[in-house]
Amino acid sequence: MNWQRLYAIFLKELRQMRRDRITLAMIVVIPVMQLVLFGYAINLNLRHLPAGIADQAGNAASRTVVMDMLATGVISPVARANTPEQLMDLLRRGDISVGVVIPPDFERRLNEGREAIQVLVDGSDTVVQSAAIQLARMPLTQASASRTEPISVVSFYNPERRSAVNIVPGLIGVILTMTMVLFTAVAIVRERERGNMELLIATPVSRAELMVGKVLPYAGIGLVQTSVILLLGLWLFQVPIRGSVWEVYVAAVLLILANLTLGLLISTRAQSQFQAMQMTFFVFLPSILLSGFMFPFAGMPQVVQWLAEALPLTHFLRLIRGIMLRGADLTEMWREVLALLVFTALMMTLAILRFRKRLD
Amino acid sequence: MNSGQGPAIQARGLSKQFGTLRAVDNVDLTVPRGHVYGFLGPNGSGKSTTIRMLCGLLTPSAGEIQVLGLNVPEEAEALRLRIGYMTQKFSLFEDLTVRENLEFLAAVQGLPRQQARERIDQLIDQYHFADRQKQLAGTMSGGQKQRLALAGAVINEPELLFLDEPTSAVDPESRRDFWEKLFDLADLGTTILVSTHYMDEAERCHRIAILDRGVLVADGAPGALTRDLAGRCVEVVAAQPRRAQQVLVNFPGVLSVAQIGNSLRVLAQAKEDLSATLSGALQQAGLEASVHQAEPNLEDVFVAATRGQTRDGAGSDAA
Ligand SMILES: Nc1ncnc2c1ncn2[C@@H]1O[C@H](COP(=O)(O)OP(=O)(O)OP(=O)(O)O)[C@@H](O)[C@H]1O
Ligand SMILES: [Mg+2]
Repeated sequence: MNWQRLYAIFLKELRQMRRDRITLAMIVVIPVMQLVLFGYAINLNLRHLPAGIADQAGNAASRTVVMDMLATGVISPVARANTPEQLMDLLRRGDISVGVVIPPDFERRLNEGREAIQVLVDGSDTVVQSAAIQLARMPLTQASASRTEPISVVSFYNPERRSAVNIVPGLIGVILTMTMVLFTAVAIVRERERGNMELLIATPVSRAELMVGKVLPYAGIGLVQTSVILLLGLWLFQVPIRGSVWEVYVAAVLLILANLTLGLLISTRAQSQFQAMQMTFFVFLPSILLSGFMFPFAGMPQVVQWLAEALPLTHFLRLIRGIMLRGADLTEMWREVLALLVFTALMMTLAILRFRKRLD
Repeated sequence: MNSGQGPAIQARGLSKQFGTLRAVDNVDLTVPRGHVYGFLGPNGSGKSTTIRMLCGLLTPSAGEIQVLGLNVPEEAEALRLRIGYMTQKFSLFEDLTVRENLEFLAAVQGLPRQQARERIDQLIDQYHFADRQKQLAGTMSGGQKQRLALAGAVINEPELLFLDEPTSAVDPESRRDFWEKLFDLADLGTTILVSTHYMDEAERCHRIAILDRGVLVADGAPGALTRDLAGRCVEVVAAQPRRAQQVLVNFPGVLSVAQIGNSLRVLAQAKEDLSATLSGALQQAGLEASVHQAEPNLEDVFVAATRGQTRDGAGSDAA
């Protein structure tokens, strides 16, 4: 490895990047957009489901129950109805997601311990369904005054169960996985497409110099993105960093390296930028679905879990959630650190072996 | 390394197979040191492929190559510090400026900082880029790009320079300029292998090789190659050149007929004086024409070599 040549490649890449306005914009726009999307729009704790209410009892007790339901914030009244049939119409048309029916004999049923309230749900959306089921479990005592929940769930580390707190650390991983793999893969394939590769391999630049020099600037970009997400997360959603900030960055660097080397490997295979893009998504999709970012890891079948263990994002998520939310430190999670390092070494070796300083 | 002795390039039985296509077929090539060596051939005849094999960018399917005393492709890495290669397609970075491109090449060639700066200043001056140092390479004209590519290829003062159609987009004036530079380099001892489609450029080379469908069909000094064709060239000045051409083109013994203004240039398949026979044929067809022997030129050599039928030119080693 010759430092002068390595630096020459690095500097060239940096200069080209500076002139590539779109890529430059993407570096900041992608994390900001994703953060806002996941933080605000994709809120896994559903709130304000459009609801229709048919209060057939129309007395003080039934009104109290309705007010209690609205107070949970899960539903917002958008329609009033007189009969369950009208509510079903509204449901079918998609005007409401939830219908609440309070029958005329509401109080008598309550006293007799029979079903007092009917909740109609749009079952075509599983998330809405589960939210409505929670609503139906709302304890109903006659006076609605002294209510005690028979079972209470206490959530450690995220007492308010805000999803932003869970999502933001993971989002660092998701964004780094997407941008780092794609940027590097495309950066090298583009060189091949534009004919620069013939010039490069005719120079004394070695394979390792070329690869390392090309990915280093992107590692810098990854750290910028990490900082953007951390700051915005803190500012918009008050996401805490309970462990050390320094270790958050170490974890980010580990993931960045794993993804950059994966991008390099892809670049040795892809013939065009489009192919590089396709291959990136081939890796990106399982990363999102299986790493534990979207769905809990424990709920997945054994085979899928093994598969997920091969994804860098899986290990990063454990690291970053540990550091940011539980205040754990890296030494406690050395297995994940090791996994990321092994992945990086493996990808780098494969990429360098596969990359030929030849045109055929 | 044994730099001083032996030819700059020596290839034996060089072949390259792309699937079913034999792009280069059993080519023997010797390029003496300090020569400007021209590489001619129709499109797709294997010039670029041969050059790429000689610089170690393509692995030959068969054959042996020694360049500057090094075995290629095995020792290609050591070779890269001593050669310059200008690709047929512009391969510098379009989104870097003129100066940045040169800085990059100087650095990867391992020039120390101070020396690199001096060398770049010198090249920028020599290659007339003083007022465009900060222009992006991609925004320059075709000829300017090629000038920049040459400057880039010689930045490490290579012993051997491969130029793949370096003047394909260059105006005649700049082409002359370009070749002056090549001879300056040759004077300093640089060996140059240059592919071209221009006969006037081929004329200037110390020696040329002509490839046709991957086969080496002629190899020698331009003067010797044209001398070999003596007696096979006839010039026909006719009032109606198109009609005269129609009469002559299928005439037995005629290899090719090309119109040049009002006259026709006829190349015989073999060494025989066709002037009398052709003159008779034209008179018979009722066409007014004067027919006389002409001095062969390199274009005739090219046509004779690549028209296939006779392979007289091949291997004529008269240098
Ligand atoms: N990588 C490749 N794969 C398959 N065929 C190839 C490849 N490179 C070149 N060829 C074929 O080999 C033949 C020789 O190509 P080459 O580029 O060497 O020609 P050339 O003499 O340089 O032509 P030109 O004057 O047009 O530049 C052509 O028929 C071309 O299609
Ligand atoms: Mg070519």
